[in-house]
Amino acid sequence: MKKLLVALATTVAVLGIAPAASAQEKAKICFIYVGSKTDGGWTQAHDIGRQELEKELGDKIETQFLENVPEGPDAERAIERLARSGCGLIFTTSFGFMDATIKIAAKFPDVKFEHATGYKTAPNVATYNSRFYEGRYIQGQIAAKMSEKGVAGYIASFPIPEVVMGINAFVIGARAVNPDFKIKVVWANTWFDPGKEADAAKALIDQGVDIITQHTDTTAPMQVAAERGIKAFGQASDMIAAGPQTQLTAIVDTWGAYYVKRTKAFLDGTWSTSSSWDGLKDGILTMAPYTNMPDDVKAMAEETEAKIKSGELKPFTGPLNKQDGSPWLKEGETADDATLLGMNFYVEGVDDKLPQ
Amino acid sequence: MRIELEKRAKASALFSILSPFIALALTILFGGVMFALLGKNPVTALYSFFVEPLSEVWSLHELAIKAAPLILIGVGLSVCFRSNNWNIGAEGQFIMGAIAGSALPVLFYDWQSPLLLPLMMLLGMIGGALFAAIPAFLKAHMNTNEILTSLMLVYVAQLFLDWLVRGPWRNPQGMNFPETRTFGADAVLPEMLASGRMHWGFAFAIVAAVLVWFMMRYTLKGFEITVLGQSERAGRFAGFSSRKMIWFSMLFSGALAGLAGISEVSGAMQQLRPVISPGYGFTAIIVAFLGRLNPLGIAAAGLVLALTYLGGEAAQLSIGVSDKVTRVFQGLLLFFVLSCDALIHYRVRLVWDRFAAVKTEEAH
Repeated sequence: MKKLLVALATTVAVLGIAPAASAQEKAKICFIYVGSKTDGGWTQAHDIGRQELEKELGDKIETQFLENVPEGPDAERAIERLARSGCGLIFTTSFGFMDATIKIAAKFPDVKFEHATGYKTAPNVATYNSRFYEGRYIQGQIAAKMSEKGVAGYIASFPIPEVVMGINAFVIGARAVNPDFKIKVVWANTWFDPGKEADAAKALIDQGVDIITQHTDTTAPMQVAAERGIKAFGQASDMIAAGPQTQLTAIVDTWGAYYVKRTKAFLDGTWSTSSSWDGLKDGILTMAPYTNMPDDVKAMAEETEAKIKSGELKPFTGPLNKQDGSPWLKEGETADDATLLGMNFYVEGVDDKLPQ
Repeated sequence: MRIELEKRAKASALFSILSPFIALALTILFGGVMFALLGKNPVTALYSFFVEPLSEVWSLHELAIKAAPLILIGVGLSVCFRSNNWNIGAEGQFIMGAIAGSALPVLFYDWQSPLLLPLMMLLGMIGGALFAAIPAFLKAHMNTNEILTSLMLVYVAQLFLDWLVRGPWRNPQGMNFPETRTFGADAVLPEMLASGRMHWGFAFAIVAAVLVWFMMRYTLKGFEITVLGQSERAGRFAGFSSRKMIWFSMLFSGALAGLAGISEVSGAMQQLRPVISPGYGFTAIIVAFLGRLNPLGIAAAGLVLALTYLGGEAAQLSIGVSDKVTRVFQGLLLFFVLSCDALIHYRVRLVWDRFAAVKTEEAH
């Protein structure tokens, strides 16, 4: 009550005093989030990146963000608001912000924009993405070693190239170890829905899979796997807390490194547009500790990780067949980035029909 | 001591004017306390909520863009609610209108003509009206509860749109991402002024509000709507058919929701995506009641609600409160506005001792 009274008094006291604008010297770096910054997955990973950026360059910059911005006209307004409020560099962190970013960027040629996971650029719009599939390839190899039945379950979000690419990388990794390995896919049609994701995990386990991996954001599948006593992989964040005896490893998004790199370039005046697609070697994604597996499997995973980092191993390298058995990549041939970014077919070993 | 609400013999003219201001004062007071408790300067917070969005031209345009669908849908719903038909599915009719109207630019993307835009708008209205015809038919002929049927159909519309943009209507050049082709130039609802993004959807909303206001006030149809809404039996004696009214009100509100949908897609998005509305169809229900089911009041209410959305964003940036806090503040405003309206029909009395209350009861 006392606190309330004090607050009330302050309110009354300051009413009538015009809001004073604080002096602005530091460069403003801004972020726009599609979800809540504490969603435990995608948006949280970006916000951790923002915090790292602030820690690293806090004496030269300050950061601002808008969260829970719906894609569409609201995003356009939100981005324009950031551009007008003095942001020099704006990160738009969802695929659905692509057209809005391009439109607003055309209106503000002096502001720099960075759009995550899109494919449209402009002189002041760069894109950035992460080669998540490198991590999924490693996970596939681990799954093939750890699975007794030779079947893994994959909880997928939406049939966009990003997700299809991940499924394929997982299968290719697994079949590099066990050529008969198969996966079953359930499309949850959501990025974030604990109930649906848990149901998908249960359905997959009932169909006989003994490893679960996911391209959705909650820890629900990990918890179901823990209850049923099988192993699983985490997504976007280290989910070891949800399955201390269950998580084999997780793909952890670590955007901070990229945010620091690009902000430095912006401060130096050397920023220019680019389409960045970094991977394990650049530190934009990292593998959570390899846990709950025998030492030889761990050694294999570490070796694969090292090979991917050195560039010796590229997951999408032939010989590879498409799902129907028709040849896709010849011996030694590597898929180019354009093919990967528009991927709309499965490779051999996926027990599912791709929604078209 | 206790507080009693006593029904007034007749609505208070004084309080129907005063109540929004009382509500605003209460919101500012309680909102200010909330911001102060969070350690934020309440003045800056309130400034960014109510003044900042109105202080710049571009922001006024954005206000109109945000308000347009709310007003257009809300005006249609007022006809439904006045006639005692509870259409809760405007969100679905919004989506189906958008789909029907987008069929031309998506399927015949090469066809450019000045006729295209009017046809799209017409198709949008037809699409929304046809989708509203389902609960109308079910209510008029099978006596089902339209609240349930119209609400459930929202999910049907959302999933249908989702299927379209991921499947048959997906942009072949769109890297397999779930969205349709971008509309050609002739399929885009133009901007009204050169100074910002506001498009003709806002004009539609204002025209609809004025026309419906005129209809309710000066035409027999308006009288029919009011009479049937207040007493179906009285309406029957006057020769009005409540079944026809179900059809009229549902189709009418469906058509306006559909027009809102195609205007939004054509004017502000220029393509279909898996999600095209952040819940306009549901928010418009609040807007309709906030405007006391009066079309002109709804136009004002739509602008006020849009202001709180824009203000919420401004506050996130200027004082760094989270998105949740801005929603709480919006909730405070809505709560006070709707509850202060009780003063119009009720008198607040403080009863000091219980014997006094008993005495009044005996006196009756």
